[in-house]
Amino acid sequence: MNDIDEIVKGIYLKEPRAIGRAISIIEDGDQRAGAILKQINAKSIQDSTIVGITGPIGTGKSTIINQLIAHYRTQGGRVGIVAIDPSSPVSGGALLGDRIRMMRHAMDKDVVIRSMATRGKQGGLCASAAAAVRIMICSGCNPVIIETVGVGQAEIDVVGLADITVLVLAPGAGDEIQVMKAGIIEIADIVVVNKAECPGADSLIMELENVLHQRNCAVCRVIAREAYGIENLATAIGKIDRERRKSGQFTGKRKQIRETEIIDCAIEMMRDEIRSRLQECPGNYTGDPRAIARKLIDDICVTELDMLKRKRPEVFS
Amino acid sequence: MNEHPAFVEWKERVLKKTLERFPERQKEFKTDSGLPAERLALPETPDEKYLSKIGFPGQYPFTRGVQPTMYRGRLWTMRQYAGFSSAEESNKRYRYLLEQGTTGLSVAFDLPTQIGYDSDHKLSRGEVGRVGAAIDTFDDMEALFNGIPLDKVSTSMTINSPAAILLAMYVVAAEKQGLKPAQLGGTVQNDILKEYIARGTYIFPPHPSIRLMTDIIEWCSREMPQFNTVSVSGYHIREAGSTAVQEIAFAFANACTYVEAAVSAGLNVDVFAPHMTFFFNASSDFLEEIAKFRAARRLWAKLMKERFRAKDPGAQKLRFHTQTAGYSLTAQQVDNNIVRVTLQALAAVLGGTQSLHTNSRDEAITLPTEDSVRTALRTQQIIAYESGVCNTVDPFAGSYCIENMTDRMEQEISALIGRIDAAGGMIAAIESGFVQRQIEDSSYAYQKQIESGERVVIGLNKYQESEEVSPPVFQINKFTEENQIMKLANIRAKRDNQRVRKALARLEDVARGKENVMPYIIEAVRCYTTLGEICDVLRSVFGVYEEAKGY
Amino acid sequence: MDIQRCRGRVLIGKPGLDGHDRGAKIIARSLRDDGFEVIYTGIRRTPEEIALTAIQEDVDAVGLSVLSGAHNELFPEVLRALHQAKGGDIPVIGGGIIPREDIQHLKELGMYEIFTTGTPVQTILNTFREATERYRQKKHKIP
Repeated sequence: MNDIDEIVKGIYLKEPRAIGRAISIIEDGDQRAGAILKQINAKSIQDSTIVGITGPIGTGKSTIINQLIAHYRTQGGRVGIVAIDPSSPVSGGALLGDRIRMMRHAMDKDVVIRSMATRGKQGGLCASAAAAVRIMICSGCNPVIIETVGVGQAEIDVVGLADITVLVLAPGAGDEIQVMKAGIIEIADIVVVNKAECPGADSLIMELENVLHQRNCAVCRVIAREAYGIENLATAIGKIDRERRKSGQFTGKRKQIRETEIIDCAIEMMRDEIRSRLQECPGNYTGDPRAIARKLIDDICVTELDMLKRKRPEVFS
Repeated sequence: MNEHPAFVEWKERVLKKTLERFPERQKEFKTDSGLPAERLALPETPDEKYLSKIGFPGQYPFTRGVQPTMYRGRLWTMRQYAGFSSAEESNKRYRYLLEQGTTGLSVAFDLPTQIGYDSDHKLSRGEVGRVGAAIDTFDDMEALFNGIPLDKVSTSMTINSPAAILLAMYVVAAEKQGLKPAQLGGTVQNDILKEYIARGTYIFPPHPSIRLMTDIIEWCSREMPQFNTVSVSGYHIREAGSTAVQEIAFAFANACTYVEAAVSAGLNVDVFAPHMTFFFNASSDFLEEIAKFRAARRLWAKLMKERFRAKDPGAQKLRFHTQTAGYSLTAQQVDNNIVRVTLQALAAVLGGTQSLHTNSRDEAITLPTEDSVRTALRTQQIIAYESGVCNTVDPFAGSYCIENMTDRMEQEISALIGRIDAAGGMIAAIESGFVQRQIEDSSYAYQKQIESGERVVIGLNKYQESEEVSPPVFQINKFTEENQIMKLANIRAKRDNQRVRKALARLEDVARGKENVMPYIIEAVRCYTTLGEICDVLRSVFGVYEEAKGY
Repeated sequence: MDIQRCRGRVLIGKPGLDGHDRGAKIIARSLRDDGFEVIYTGIRRTPEEIALTAIQEDVDAVGLSVLSGAHNELFPEVLRALHQAKGGDIPVIGGGIIPREDIQHLKELGMYEIFTTGTPVQTILNTFREATERYRQKKHKIP
């Protein structure tokens, strides 16, 4: 499973081995990444829906996703899930445990799950996750769900890759304030209150309605364990999707997603270049960091320009 | 010397009655030098603090033990957990153990039985009869106890999720011996919550599982009053890597959930709580283990009295079985394990256990051989008959070290229970993965201490010897699985299948409603309905549990 | 501070019915702390589930733990399922209470390595490092 054409063909043929390998190649920054990405541009990408699901630990995101998968599967859809967990900043490793709750679907070949680690806050995650989503879509997945844990900036960024953002909260988790502070609530299209049977759910909903009354954001009551409210949630997602496609908002959002991905890729490329230049001329960098950065970037641009001029003079003619 | 009035009162009201009903094993107890061994050593002048916190054995808060004379009256039950492949082979082992002086049977079931699959189920492949007896129908249960009069032994069954079914089979097997349920004594583990956090043999989600266990408690309190209906286990929590404090705290938090469930099902706490027993681990930290048992006894009495308003002393008493720590055994220099087990067993006895299982030296590498099981049993007998520790009740009481440690353990356990209460109770804490995470953290820390050498384990990270550790090939009968499947096919062909279908349909209705399932399970069992068939019906009604993410 | 690169992706799973996951979880965490991304499947998985998950996640090694003694049935089943799912080249490392005779036999069937009770965690980590490194070289080799 190393030949690019074989992998690309495999993606369209829904072969798990090809899908998994393609995502690894991109995630690991393998040189073949570009060749793969170039070839996966199905028209279906515009027809599919990307749903981002986020929220604090312990609110039951995995259980909700598990039930959503079951719901979409009974309707005959093929579902993709990109589940993201944080990497340890110390070791670089990560425990990716989201699959445990989804093992019910482990034998279902139309449920494509990929666990990804954030691999540090240095970026690159958005580009890899977006590529994984695209690969899944090309293999016939619709919708694709991106799951992230927590309420930090990295999560907001990743959730930015979705057409529709669902925020999951639960009474008693005690993280509401953090969620509000982090601003995720401002970008959520749907807020799910899970464990709706538990004490505190009503007051949480009231509080949310207070915060959300100025904008259009649905609140769904869910008891994920019993699959209660899941259909409603799926309906709400479908409704927003249809409306946005009609209004043109969808295309705008997709453009924005693409931009995020390009910027992320560009920064990643730049980062490596800058790092290698810094290593070439080690010093204590006592000057103004801003000025040094400016100079580095100018240098890079000039060199690249020169190289390009030499290699392909016709571009500048 | 004037005796303290509280002591006088205890002697008059508690001790005297006990001595009349249960005379002590010997007329007098003496040390090797011929000095009298005191029944109960006391401080010269018991103060208020002593009386409220430590008190007298057999009396609230039971710090010093649940009986006034403890092992002078009766030794603990020496109970060795055993179960091998087929019902017939297990039966042989039980008879052997009874001949050797075991006083209670402890039944191990194989994993398919514990998880509700028949031996011919796809998932049972390779697991039939491996870690215990395979039970598919009541026919196997009958074979398991063949020739053993069930009214004469007390049987402890390690079964949780499908406990109602195995209990029903036990009742029907006894019926065949002409016995009524009321004549049967023993324990069914029936402790489902610890399965989600430590042992892993769950089937259904927590809420319906608690309903099943409450049905057992309710049915037994009417029909089988001698039987202990739940054995709340800290043992497996400890084996999964918890600390001693977590072991007791999580077991108690589970127990509180059961008591709440039974109370809200309309049962009287003073009626069912005396049939709740506990099962703890005795590990190697000798002094802490002794303190742990004493602290647990005191805290449980308080919880029952203050939180659940239990009035009957029987409902306040923490009665427990102990097993030595399996996780502490090493595959290296296996004979060292005998010494570990001895220390651990001694801690359990000094901590006042009601029954005891001592692990065998080779348990880290294989199912124990008959020889090593015998040595393990002899270890208990040596403590009981030679060491002299049984001649005095709670001999460590009043030691500054032990009493301080007991207080400290109680505080820590209590604080952890408080955190679980604050998190919305044990079920919520399990579903969110909080409990699992706590155990994993402890287990990982423990392992790291061993790896770094900070924690010394003789033969493993210190005083190693070059030896090749290779477990012997365990001779599990290759035909066990085949035979069991054939036997099952035979029964399926011969039984009255219409009656089976009817029984299962009835059971399904009852499971959907509120009525007690026990009588319907008994009826199903009687007509040779299999364990797997009954569990399938319950799975269809209750659903299945999906593991929580621990981290 | 520079962040270390991920050493590789590993799946840790428990096939069969036994629920004793203390060892599996310790290995999972130790691998995480050694820089691996660890996909943990939880207990009571079928060999087929483990194989398909390994393929979907495109892991560089699979670690299996079986304590019930059913390793001679379960390990080969996982190997077979992996092979069928076009992942026969993924190294599979096993652990449990396993007699020497069985170890020999299981390695002949294609297990990369077998560990038994009391093996230092570092030894196990080293084996995972070696196995995944080798596998990743192949994985990212341009034909």
